Amino acid sequence: MSIAQPIHAPADFPVADVQCTVRANRAVNDRYRHLVLEAPPPLCRATPGQFFHLLCPPAAGDEPFLRRPMSVYRIAPEERAIEFLYNVVGAGTRALARLTAGDTMSVMGPLGVGFTIAPAHRHVLMVARGVGLATMAPVVPWARRRGIRVTAVLSARAPEDLMEREFTQREEVRVYPVFDRDASSDVGRVETLLRAILDQDRPDAMFTCGSNRLMTLLQRLGLEYGVPGEIALEQQMACALGVCLCCVRPIRAGGAIVHKRVCCEGPVFDLQQVAGTWRHG
Amino acid sequence: MQMVDLSVRIGSLALKNPVMPASGCFSHEFGQVFDLDRLGALVTKSVTPKLRKGNAIPRVAEVSQGMLNSIGIPSKGILHYVNDVVPLYAAYSSPLVASVSADTVAEFADAAAALSVPGVAAIEANISCPNLEADGRAFAMMPDTTRAAVAAIRRRTPLPVWAKLTPNTGDIKAVALAAQDAGADAIVVANTILGMSINVTTFRPTLGNVMGGLSGPAIKPIALRLVFQCAEVVSIPIIGCGGISTGADVVEFMLAGATAVQVGTASFIHADAMMRILEELRAFCDARGIDRVADLVHKARVEHEPIEW
Ligand SMILES: Cc1cc2nc3c(=O)[nH]c(=O)nc-3n(C[C@H](O)[C@H](O)[C@H](O)COP(=O)(O)OP(=O)(O)OC[C@H]3O[C@@H](n4cnc5c(N)ncnc54)[C@H](O)[C@@H]3O)c2cc1C
Ligand SMILES: Cc1cc2nc3c(=O)[nH]c(=O)nc-3n(C[C@H](O)[C@H](O)[C@H](O)COP(=O)(O)O)c2cc1C
Ligand code: FES
Repeated sequence: MSIAQPIHAPADFPVADVQCTVRANRAVNDRYRHLVLEAPPPLCRATPGQFFHLLCPPAAGDEPFLRRPMSVYRIAPEERAIEFLYNVVGAGTRALARLTAGDTMSVMGPLGVGFTIAPAHRHVLMVARGVGLATMAPVVPWARRRGIRVTAVLSARAPEDLMEREFTQREEVRVYPVFDRDASSDVGRVETLLRAILDQDRPDAMFTCGSNRLMTLLQRLGLEYGVPGEIALEQQMACALGVCLCCVRPIRAGGAIVHKRVCCEGPVFDLQQVAGTWRHG
Repeated sequence: MQMVDLSVRIGSLALKNPVMPASGCFSHEFGQVFDLDRLGALVTKSVTPKLRKGNAIPRVAEVSQGMLNSIGIPSKGILHYVNDVVPLYAAYSSPLVASVSADTVAEFADAAAALSVPGVAAIEANISCPNLEADGRAFAMMPDTTRAAVAAIRRRTPLPVWAKLTPNTGDIKAVALAAQDAGADAIVVANTILGMSINVTTFRPTLGNVMGGLSGPAIKPIALRLVFQCAEVVSIPIIGCGGISTGADVVEFMLAGATAVQVGTASFIHADAMMRILEELRAFCDARGIDRVADLVHKARVEHEPIEW
């Protein structure tokens, strides 16, 4: 077994494929589940926004063949644990959902480039939708430990899906929840809300994830207010090591649009450099 | 106990063992996971003379025991390969095999010449790609286009030439013979099988490119059959490829007639799959008292009990 580190760190064999033991795997609500894995220290070197490539053991008719990329939701070196928050959508996540304490699974990582949070930042704004908040949640304790204020707009279908506590993790965060059910998550209303935040207490950086609508909105506001941002993208993957070129997305670079690999050049990219939206599946 | 001799020869090229990566399923990034010097050879992603962006996303879809891909060979051209990719492998002792693909016979020949630089030990001609002079049908679909492409490459490079065949042809023996006649030093059998899948929720094909290549354990019996058929007709070495993920799979391909093997998709499931496969192969030989792995080649016992009643 080799030693795991963020994949860009120089070391002999920095990426590990470790057989991890499940500590807990329970439902958070009707849609999302929380998986806690026992992880040796190298896996706990993950930084917010990085991900692991999970080999979901076959279960009850589901035989996922490829690994599944999953952002690390919580990194707890003192507990020797890495944690995930996931939505059950298909064969892989259904198989994940059937794991119980004591089961083992192969975990490769940590992988990819995470969020960049500068020590000079005083205030960050996070805009998360659905399970995307899992990807962004580790930024919260990271920022709070450095005395950085966190404002978050959390968007969900309905209050019971929100996972506000899972996001804030008892840290002090100013949260603005918005919902599809009462139309408060409409792009127009989110724009009004974001403008109010940007006008009153301008953040040093904005972080967001996946949703095309939110991405386009934040790109526009970021330019207008001169606030830099980062976005975590998703794409189907095979190798997750930069080898197969499956996971590309169009990204602006030096005046041109090029394909960059989400697994190793992302998943976190500069907000303004992401070109075009994406339809999944 | 004597150590098992894992070395094999592919024509003039001596390999320390028969396990190497399949083109498109390997790059120096695997050096983050294991020591690349433990591989028999290092085969890189196909490069093309033309700059190519590659296909639409999504480029991968999972199927039972395998995957479909439609990467579409994004390429930064031959010069980039020679200047920026070849040096990445200079530190390794395992021979570098440059996979090349092209739209026409003339482009194939020019590209092979341009790739014949110090640091490159052999050229793998990916003639499973669409031939723009034959209505987009792959060169290796037919014997005559195979012969034309391989002969043109042969004339322009002093390096060993491996021809990578497509399983999509209906005439593998004739195609393999054509490659041998045209001067190939080895054949690689085989590339991916053309397939597709459709999402029944959205009614959309799962791949951005609609169709793609099937790989992984799902294709192993087909690739094995193709190796076996080729071994009946050619005398040059065969490099087996398709669905190999265990040491036993390697033994199977060698028994069918392969001298060496390539591993593709298995490395996406376990990045160190080739290391595991090598250890399993060594353990198999140890357990069976086989001193030289090369002794396995083409040793399948095709004997039938006559039906008597
Ligand atoms: C970097 C990254 C981080 C992610 N983090 C999380 C997370 O923290 N929580 C969470 O619930 N989900 C996350 N996802 C999405 C997660 O990978 C998919 O939901 C999961 O792969 C679905 O697998 P499935 O077999 O259940 O679904 P299926 O739809 O049956 O999957 C079929 C195939 O498509 C792929 N696929 C499906 N949806 C996605 C997707 N959105 N992104 C990439 N590949 C996909 C699968 O991996 C599989 O190969 C993340 C994706 C990426 C790329
Ligand atoms: C993602 C991916 C990319 C590939 N790219 C190439 C390529 O550039 N050139 C080539 O000759 N074969 C390519 N192949 C085919 C493989 O080299 C191999 O022939 C095939 O996948 C069957 O082997 P496997 O089942 O072990 O993967 C690719 C396969 C995959 C899965
Ligand atoms: S998943 Fe293979 S390059 Fe990103």
